[in-house]
Amino acid sequence: MAPALPAAVRFSGVSRSFGDVRAIDRVSFDVADGEFFALLGPSGSGKTTCLRLIAGFEQPDAGTIEIYGESVAGVPPYERNVNTVFQDYALFPHMTVAENVEYGLMIRKVPPAERRRRAGEMLEMVKLAGLGDRRPIQLSGGQRQRVALARALINRPRVLLLDEPLGALDLKLREQMQVELKGLQRQVGITFIYVTHDQGEALSMSDRLIVFDHGRIEQIGPPAEIYERPATTFVAGFVGVSNVVDAELARRLTGTAQAFSIRPERIRLVEDAAPIGDGALSAKGVIVAAVYLGAATRYTVQLAAGGQLLVLEQSGGEAGPARATGEPARLTWLRRHHQPLR
Amino acid sequence: MRTRSRRGRTAGGALPLAAGAALLFLHVPLFFIVLYAFSSEDKSFVFPPPGLTTRWFAVAWSRPDIWEAITLSLQVAAVSTALALVLGTLAAAAVWRSRFFGREAVSLLLILPIALPGIITGISLRSAFSLGGIPFSFWTIVLAHATFCIVVVYNNVIARFRRTSGALIEASMDLGADGFQTFRHVVLPNIATSLLAGGMLAFALSFDEVIVTTFTAGQQSTLPIWMLTELVRPRQRPVTNVVAVFVILVTLVPILLAFYLTRDTHEVAGSGK
Amino acid sequence: MNPVAPSTLPVGPEASRSPLHRLSTVLYLRPTLLLMLLLGPPLLWLGVIYLGALAALLVQSFFYIDDYSGVVVRRLSLATYGELLTAANLDIVVRTTVMASAVTVAAALLAFPLAYFMVRRASLRLKAILYLGVVLPLWSSYLVRVYSWKLILAKEGIVTWLAERLGLGWLLEAVLALPGVGGPSLSTAYLGTFLVFLYMWLPFMVLPIVAALERVPRSLLEASADLGARPAQTFRRVIAPLVVPGVVAGSIFTFSLTLGDYIIPGIIGGSQPFIGQAVYQHQGTAGNIPLAAALTVVPIAIMAVYLTMARRLGAFEAL
Repeated sequence: MAPALPAAVRFSGVSRSFGDVRAIDRVSFDVADGEFFALLGPSGSGKTTCLRLIAGFEQPDAGTIEIYGESVAGVPPYERNVNTVFQDYALFPHMTVAENVEYGLMIRKVPPAERRRRAGEMLEMVKLAGLGDRRPIQLSGGQRQRVALARALINRPRVLLLDEPLGALDLKLREQMQVELKGLQRQVGITFIYVTHDQGEALSMSDRLIVFDHGRIEQIGPPAEIYERPATTFVAGFVGVSNVVDAELARRLTGTAQAFSIRPERIRLVEDAAPIGDGALSAKGVIVAAVYLGAATRYTVQLAAGGQLLVLEQSGGEAGPARATGEPARLTWLRRHHQPLR
Repeated sequence: MRTRSRRGRTAGGALPLAAGAALLFLHVPLFFIVLYAFSSEDKSFVFPPPGLTTRWFAVAWSRPDIWEAITLSLQVAAVSTALALVLGTLAAAAVWRSRFFGREAVSLLLILPIALPGIITGISLRSAFSLGGIPFSFWTIVLAHATFCIVVVYNNVIARFRRTSGALIEASMDLGADGFQTFRHVVLPNIATSLLAGGMLAFALSFDEVIVTTFTAGQQSTLPIWMLTELVRPRQRPVTNVVAVFVILVTLVPILLAFYLTRDTHEVAGSGK
Repeated sequence: MNPVAPSTLPVGPEASRSPLHRLSTVLYLRPTLLLMLLLGPPLLWLGVIYLGALAALLVQSFFYIDDYSGVVVRRLSLATYGELLTAANLDIVVRTTVMASAVTVAAALLAFPLAYFMVRRASLRLKAILYLGVVLPLWSSYLVRVYSWKLILAKEGIVTWLAERLGLGWLLEAVLALPGVGGPSLSTAYLGTFLVFLYMWLPFMVLPIVAALERVPRSLLEASADLGARPAQTFRRVIAPLVVPGVVAGSIFTFSLTLGDYIIPGIIGGSQPFIGQAVYQHQGTAGNIPLAAALTVVPIAIMAVYLTMARRLGAFEAL
């Protein structure tokens, strides 16, 4: 039986500060070999700093970083078998597309004929065959992005780092690229580490992800777990839309003063007379807002017990929201859909 | 308070006229230089010139003192430019890459040799050289020229650096190139035009410089010094004019080229002595 | 074979062990060292050669020359500065300052219409051509430009010829007869010196005024008109105050360049020296470096005062 591979990337107690600002604070995590791993968080949360530490553009102030079991302390970026796709692609403007893609091979003194052959293969893989003689300035954003990808992958890195690569693309193109990137990762089988502030992207593409806030890890796990069982208020609020019920309101609704979050789509609006089953809770209130989202409607309900809850109800096929502002409402949900919050 | 209080349609004709007059004032004098290079009268600047001839060009060609002066000027300019290119690029790289204490002081220090009147630079260097017992020679001239040419190169290179994304250097390193390889393959090609422009401006500046040079030269004459001597004690005036025409061309062409090379930067970095 | 299957090599090939490569890594991990290596040579050069020389000059201005032996005494004293206050030297300073002021005023008057035309009336293409036209003389050879005026102002030269042709010979004679600014010919009169200074420094005045005018947004002028101001009033109240910093910025150049120049007055003008010429004379055969140094300090001091005033008027933003 083949021995298990060490973690592709392992952070142990890593900290990095810039002046007075703690960019990341005692962060530890593992990325498994072959994973599509996302670093998610708002601007300034430390996710990009983590990526740059892996790439070698920064050195940690404390803690260790290992890539496939080997410490990379003091190892510059050009000696790590890790490649990066930059946010603005960073294509060399004075070189053609082919020269850009071949760059890593050229530095390693691979003979020209072979360089050209492999570059041709890469360009085909990213669906840019035939564009080798163009200059980056002549390409569209999506095309440049693929060149950056080819340029990185041609070096056969063990880990590919992507720094918000789809940020500059429009929505349709972005969604298309998300699917392609995911497919590409499956095809080549190398570890992808992907930084984004877009939680939809992180949820749809990654095998596992970390949610960062202010330099700390809020939660690590597969997308479904992050979404369904957010561990902290921040995660509940940042990933998807959620209701955060504080301890006081929780006591009034459930009898126990334990704060929890619950997704709006887990709450249903029912008739006053409807029966409430085992393990279910209910509350009464008044609808104060109804936002029609097309596929669903999001209601804001002011509870008699105080506070507000958001309810997401799928559209039933009629034109417009089913209920109107000002109507009384009765909510029900299952206790097991609570996510206790620290 | 200087005011022009006539505006509107009535002044519509006065404004372009005044503007044109100023522009003519700036350019016409040089035409006379060219004209007098062909004048057949060599003892005075009589106008209109009694006759036109091209023989002064041949005379200038055969005068050894002119050739010596040209050669010296070219050599000084070449060496000073080379030094300025190295020092100016180093300084630009340092200032662009790092935020360090005293950054503004460095910019001020670089511009001082060219901002302070030439006579100050000249006399300081001269007294420093004589204090240090350094004999005036080719190298003292070069030392002085390189000093005020550094900022010309610096301005051009740093303007180019500022428009370069730092991510390019990171990308190059990420792909396996160390610092020196990155410089050779990525940085240098990107700043090449600014190096060329800065170098040409520095060359023109050095070739034309006279004030500081008179203080730091020994017995040698660069071309401007030769011309200065001729201005004070003229020998064959049209020959001086011929040389002047030559100087106009030699200094103007690199500057026009530098302007062309940096036209997308919206500034001729280093303009204004 | 998957072209992207990760290679088992953890790092690149053997080229990574070359000394240059290792030096690169050392510098990469020690950014301060790299900074010192980059900044060191230029700073050392400028610091030692230039600042050192300036300091030496300043120190020398506090030495003095022994009247009997003619040797420079290397002891600190204000004697040389005291010498500055003699009538002869004060005369020189005043002459130079008056000339600098006259040139500055004239340059502003001449530059303003050109700058205004360039910014407000010229098409973009014409403006680019005009801009080139203003900058080009700046970069033409300094000496050649001065020389061109020697030809023009010569007694037998074009100005005299033109004056005679236009029947204005008497005017030329009258001007040349003026005390102080006149002389045997334009080429030996302070009027001539004035004209040459004006010619040489005019572009330095035009450029900052152009920059200042460009910073006046069109919307301000429209608002002024909208609120009922006539063009002359708009000019006086809106444009002029915003352009003053540009004029002051240009004046810094014209003033300081005139103060320090010694070549132009030597070629065109009267026999009484300007500051620059006096400095040159003293440090030359006279060997009176302390006095030359002290004289050099005068324009520096004047410019320092001028610059502080200019800063108050906002000229630094217009540079």
